[in-house]
Amino acid sequence: MTPVTIRFRLNGRNTTLETDGNRRLLWVLRTDLGLTGAKFGCGIAQCGACTVLVNGNPVRSCQTSVSGIQDAEVTTIEGLANGDTLHPLQEEFIERGGFQCGYCTSGMILEAHSLLQKNPHPTRSEILSGLEQNLCRCGAHKRIVEAVEAAAARL
Amino acid sequence: MNRNDLGPMAVNRRDFLKFTGGGITVAVALSDCTLLSGALEQQRGYPSDFNAYLRVGEDGRVTVLSGKIEMGQGVETSQAQMVAEDLRVPLDAVDMVMGDTDRCVWDAGTWGSLTTRVFGPALRAAAAKAREVLLELASERLGVPASQLQVEDGVVSVVGGGGSVTYGELARGQKIEKTLDHEAVLRAVKDFTVMGTSPKRFDGREKVTGAAKYAGDVRLPGMLRARILRPPAHGATLKSVDTSEAEAAPGVLVVNQDGLVAVLHEDPEIAERALGLVQAEFDTPEPTVDDTTIWDRMLAAAPSGRTTQEAGGLAAGEKACEKLFERTYYDGYVAHAPMEPHTSVAQVEGDRVTVWASTQSPFGDQGRVAEALGIDPSRVRIITPYVGGGFGGKAVGRQTVEAARLAWITKRPVQVLWTREEEFFYDTFHSAAVVKVRSGIDAAGRVGLWDYHVYMAGTRGSEVLYEVPNVAVVSHSARNFHPFATGAWRAPGANTNTFARESQIDIMAADAGIDPMEFRLNNATDPRLRSVLEAVAKLAKWEAAPAPSGRGLGVACGLDAGTYVAHVAEVSVDESTGAVRVQRMWCAQEMGVVVNPDGALMQMEGCITMGLGYALMEHIRFRGGDIQDRNFDTYRIPRFSDLPEIESVLVANDDLAPQGGGEPAIVCIGAVIANAIYDACGSRVFTMPFTPESVLAGMKT
Repeated sequence: MTPVTIRFRLNGRNTTLETDGNRRLLWVLRTDLGLTGAKFGCGIAQCGACTVLVNGNPVRSCQTSVSGIQDAEVTTIEGLANGDTLHPLQEEFIERGGFQCGYCTSGMILEAHSLLQKNPHPTRSEILSGLEQNLCRCGAHKRIVEAVEAAAARL
Repeated sequence: MNRNDLGPMAVNRRDFLKFTGGGITVAVALSDCTLLSGALEQQRGYPSDFNAYLRVGEDGRVTVLSGKIEMGQGVETSQAQMVAEDLRVPLDAVDMVMGDTDRCVWDAGTWGSLTTRVFGPALRAAAAKAREVLLELASERLGVPASQLQVEDGVVSVVGGGGSVTYGELARGQKIEKTLDHEAVLRAVKDFTVMGTSPKRFDGREKVTGAAKYAGDVRLPGMLRARILRPPAHGATLKSVDTSEAEAAPGVLVVNQDGLVAVLHEDPEIAERALGLVQAEFDTPEPTVDDTTIWDRMLAAAPSGRTTQEAGGLAAGEKACEKLFERTYYDGYVAHAPMEPHTSVAQVEGDRVTVWASTQSPFGDQGRVAEALGIDPSRVRIITPYVGGGFGGKAVGRQTVEAARLAWITKRPVQVLWTREEEFFYDTFHSAAVVKVRSGIDAAGRVGLWDYHVYMAGTRGSEVLYEVPNVAVVSHSARNFHPFATGAWRAPGANTNTFARESQIDIMAADAGIDPMEFRLNNATDPRLRSVLEAVAKLAKWEAAPAPSGRGLGVACGLDAGTYVAHVAEVSVDESTGAVRVQRMWCAQEMGVVVNPDGALMQMEGCITMGLGYALMEHIRFRGGDIQDRNFDTYRIPRFSDLPEIESVLVANDDLAPQGGGEPAIVCIGAVIANAIYDACGSRVFTMPFTPESVLAGMKT
C-alpha cells in the first residue's frame, strides 16, 4: 500500500495521518490515535457500538475507510464534553441511568446527539426510530429514551 | 507515524489506586463468620479475615477488594454501599477494585445473582468487623471505653464531645493482630443511611465519556493483535494447514502449535487479511441434526430422569381431578450476544503472565491459563476491567487462554478480540429444551395434579410454586448431547421452566373459565408469591376476565434466586400476519431488603427488555455443528422499536436478607407474553420464540 496524507479535524484539533487510506476509521481511532471510546461490536455496521460523528452525521466507523474523512470534522465520544463540563446528553445518561455495561453508550450518545441536532424536540416515537439501529443488550432502552428526552428539554 | 507511541495506558481507574502505607491487618477468629445466621453455609470459600475484603488507607479512603466483576449490573456501586453502611464511611470515600486475582477476595464467578445475596453478607460482615476493630483502636487511643464512642463518616468520637480520631489516623502505619472477643453487629435496616438509597453509579461518568476501560482498550507497547483459525463447524477437525503465504506477509507472525493456528500483527486489519491467506482444510462431519429436529432428538436421548420435587401421588391426583391437561413446550437455543465480544490482552513478564480479561470468572480463568501453560496459578494474574455485558456467556474465558498462550509463545503482548462471528460460534448458548406437563384441576378450579418433566433445561425454576397436593417434578438431562456448547444464560433454565409452568396454569384457568390472576391466587398460599401477584394486579389495574378476553392481557409469576416476580403484559396481535407487539409491561418484584432500589429497577427493566428477545425473536439456527446465525444481520435482538412502556415496582420485605436482582425479572417474559397472546386472539403458543407463523397457526386451531 502507498500511504496517503489524510487531514481532518478530530474533536476540534487538526490531525494529519500518513497511512493506507483503505484502513477503517474504527481501528485508526483505536490504535494510531489512542481513542478507545468507539467500540468494536459487529464489524458489519449492524450494532452502532463504533458510531462516531463525521460532519455531525453518525457513521459506523467499522465500515468507514479513513480516506473518507479527508477534510472532515470527526467527533468521537471523547470530544463531546467541553473540558470537564459534560454535554447535557452525557449528564442525562448518568442522571437517568441510560447505560448498564456501557459498551454501546458511546455510540448511543453520539447517535442521539445527531438526532437532536436535526430534530431538537423529537417525539418519543422519533427517538425510538432515531436510535433503532443502535443495539443495547443490557436492556437500558427505557432509560436511554428518557435520557434523550430530558436532554432535549434542556437544549 | 509511530503506532506504538501510545505507551501503557491505564487499564482502569481502579487499578491505579495505590495502597499507601501499612493499613491494618487484623486476625479474627473463624467463629466471627457466624455473625450472619444462615449465611455461613453459602460463605464457604470466603475468608473470615476482613483484611481480605477491604483496606483503610492513611488518607481514610477505603479500598474494597471484591472478586466479583462489573458487567453492567451495577454491583460496583451496590457493594460500595454495603461497605459504607457497615463500616460507617461516606460512600464517596470508597474505591472499588474488582476481579483482580492478585488483590481481591477469591470468588468462583459473577453469576447466579449471587453477588448481593451470598457475597454481600460476607462483605458486610467484613466491614462490620473492621468498624468494631477500629472502634477498639480508637478506645485505646482516646482512653475512653468503646461503649462511649460513636462512629460516623469514618470518624470515631466520644459521645457528648471530648475528642475524636479518624479511621485514617487509626490505620496509619499500624499492623495489628487482633481477635474480636464479641461478634460484629450489622447495621439494622431501620438505621440504613446508604443501603436502601439510590446513589448515582460509580461507573457513570467514565461510561458516558468513553473513558471507561474494557479489556480491548488496554494498550501495551509492541502489542500484537491475533486472529485465530477457526473450524467451519463444531466437530470439524483440521486436516491440513498451509500458513506459508501468511508468513510471507510483511510483519505478520504466525503461530501453529498444538492445534492453535494464529496470525498476529500490530494492526488488527493486517492480521485479519493475513488470516485470509491461511489455507486450511477441515473434515466436517455430516450434520445429523438441526434446529427443527433437535427436540425429537432430545426426547429420544433423554435419560430416565431425576425427581426433584414429589408430593402425594400421581394416581391419587388423577382421581381427584375433574379434568386433565397434557401439553408439551419447546424452547430453542439462544445466544448471549453481549455487545462486547470476548476480549483479552495478555502480557508475559519473566515467569509471570498477566491477562486483562473480559470474563465473569477471573479466578476460573487464572486456573485455566495456568493449566494451559503448565505453570502454577500463582504466576498468573487476571485483571478484569469493565465487562461489556456477560449474561452467563463469559463464564469461561476461552479467549483468555488463547491470549495467554499466544503471548507465552510470541513473547509479545497479545490482544485476542473475537469477531462477532467468533462470538456467536463459540457462544455457550441457552439450551434448547422440551417440557412435558400433565396437570389437572378439580371442580372448584384447584390444581390437584402436577406431573412435570423437563428435558435439558435443568431444574432452576421448575418448582411448582402453587399449592398442589400431588406433584412429581422430574428433570432429564443427557450429557454431551448438544452439537455445540451450551451454558448458563441469564437465569439458566428458569426461562424455559417458567414458560412451561405459567402457560400450563393459564391453559387450566382459561378452560375453567376463571380469570388467570384469580386462578393463580386461588392456588397460591405462599405469601411472597401472593404479594407480588397482588402488587402487579394493582399496578396494572387488573380487571378480572377469563381469557381470551380480547384485551391482550397476560399474567405470569415466578421465583428465581430467592426473589419473587410477577408480570402483566399487554400485547397487540396483527391477526392477518400473526405479528406480536408488546405494548406495555408491568412488573412487581419482592427481593427482600433492597440495597439500591433504582439499581434493582434498572435490572428489572433490563430483564424485561432482554426477555422480549427469547420470547419473540431469538433462536439460533444451525445444521449440525454449523452455526448459521453469526451476526446481528440475521440474529435479531430487541431494539428500540420493540420497547414497551414499562412500569416496575418493588414490594417491600425488610424482614428478609437481600435476594437476587440481576435475573429474576427475566424468567416470566416468555410466559407472560404467551398468555397475553392467548388473551388477545385465542392462539396458544408452545414454542419459543413465538414467531408470527406460530401465532397465526394457533389462531386457526
